[in-house]
Amino acid sequence: MKDLPDPRKDLSGPRPVPAAINWNRLQDDKDLEIWNRLTANFWLPEKVPLSNDIQSWSQLSEEERTLTIRVFTGLTLLDTIQNSVGAPALMPDAITPHEEAVLSNIAFMEAVHARSYSSVFSTLCRTAEVDEAFRWSAENEHLQAKSRLILDEYDTAASPLRRKIASVFLESFLFYSGFYLPMHWSSRARLTNTADLIRLIIRDEAIHGYYIGYKFQRGLERLSGPERQEMKDFAFSLAFDLYDIEARYTEQLYDRLGLTEDVKAFLHYNANKALRNLGFEALFPDEACKVNPAIMAALSPGSDENHDFFSGSGSSYVIGRTVATEDDDWDF
Amino acid sequence: MGGLVYFSSGSGNTARFIERLGRPALRIPARADAPPPLAERPYILVCPTYADGAGRGAVPRPVIRFLNLAANRARLAGVIAAGNRSFGETFALAGDVIAAKCNVPVLYRFELAGTDTDIARIRDGLTTFWDTRCLIPA
Ligand SMILES: Cc1cc2nc3c(=O)[nH]c(=O)nc-3n(C[C@H](O)[C@H](O)[C@H](O)COP(=O)(O)O)c2cc1C
Ligand SMILES: [Fe+2]
Ligand SMILES: [Fe+2]
Repeated sequence: MKDLPDPRKDLSGPRPVPAAINWNRLQDDKDLEIWNRLTANFWLPEKVPLSNDIQSWSQLSEEERTLTIRVFTGLTLLDTIQNSVGAPALMPDAITPHEEAVLSNIAFMEAVHARSYSSVFSTLCRTAEVDEAFRWSAENEHLQAKSRLILDEYDTAASPLRRKIASVFLESFLFYSGFYLPMHWSSRARLTNTADLIRLIIRDEAIHGYYIGYKFQRGLERLSGPERQEMKDFAFSLAFDLYDIEARYTEQLYDRLGLTEDVKAFLHYNANKALRNLGFEALFPDEACKVNPAIMAALSPGSDENHDFFSGSGSSYVIGRTVATEDDDWDF
Repeated sequence: MGGLVYFSSGSGNTARFIERLGRPALRIPARADAPPPLAERPYILVCPTYADGAGRGAVPRPVIRFLNLAANRARLAGVIAAGNRSFGETFALAGDVIAAKCNVPVLYRFELAGTDTDIARIRDGLTTFWDTRCLIPA
């Protein structure tokens, strides 16, 4: 069996009237589950008091500020692509009408993400330096190269599954060379409100990568053994190609601050997670993924306060964080 | 040694983790109409986290239904929580919720399908855990 046909290629007649969507008849329960989580997690940048970072911003060096603005324009570009091309390109491939609705939510949130970086800029930066950074990203060969590789997959009308692979890499891997920097600042108590905003974006991207990866797995199941192998080979080779670009982008950005090796460990770790979202095994060995614990702590603050038993770091049983346990479903 | 019980949804991360761990384990079915299984001996629960941004709903419903049975609760010895650090403060929160509800320890937390390091640590940890427990009279 071939990869499913692309409905966009059927231009022979007038567009058929779609069936009205009925959320009470689901073909895939995951669609409603993800819809509910995404809508419950909805946010806007106004929610985050970015102006509390003004003083912290002024304490960064000129070079650190330029780097930060550039990194954020790079992230803006990825969100722009995912908003205007990526998520819309996945919609005609949707197997269920509910999947299309979820993708429309994803598309909109990408616009919110892209918009948030501009909120950071207007709060902290001068117009001229922001304009310069947008010019920089438009001309940056590595940013352009990774966008090109992704867009080429979005455009190949023949393969819904390849589009999903490219999309998961964008959502779960390509952002992280940029996300590293606000996590780094946050671990040094710098730009902590900006970091809060970035963490909202990271959480959204995690659900996006998860959901597109989940749909990829459902599609992959329909292929024959050799076709599955071919798709997997494609995923790993795209991961390699993107990694090459990311490694060079990372050196260009972070060499001056001496952070390149630290960022690369973070890239390896996230590339592996992107492959996991697709249902595949890791590419980089654990030794290459030793992310700086301060970055891990900035990513999931508060979650490491209680050491767990098997890690050997605490001999006593500690009952975890205080959590809400009065969910209706519990009977006790 | 005691047993393992786990839940894994359609994304299959926890199921892939259990497969790599290579220990027999009882799976809690995802379907809402499936009756929860009964654990017949002491066990450790492996559970992924599905919280919203405020931390609500961290424990998947089928796991709650499973733990609503007093007999299953009585045999629960500890919890291993799965998740993804990209979810920030709610990373592996299901473990803390279950620990607080059932008064058992969180033994370990891992991301997605776990790394090779996670698998090795959990294998060792399980052995030590059950060995130590056998010395404590029930
Ligand atoms: C909607 C949604 C919410 C999630 N919430 C959390 C969370 O709050 N904390 C966490 O650590 N992981 C969270 N995760 C990640 C899952 O726990 C992780 O992907 C896990 O490997 C899923 O296991 P499974 O594939 O066996 O079902 C969430 C995933 C989704 C899709
Ligand atoms: Fe985004
Ligand atoms: Fe996204």
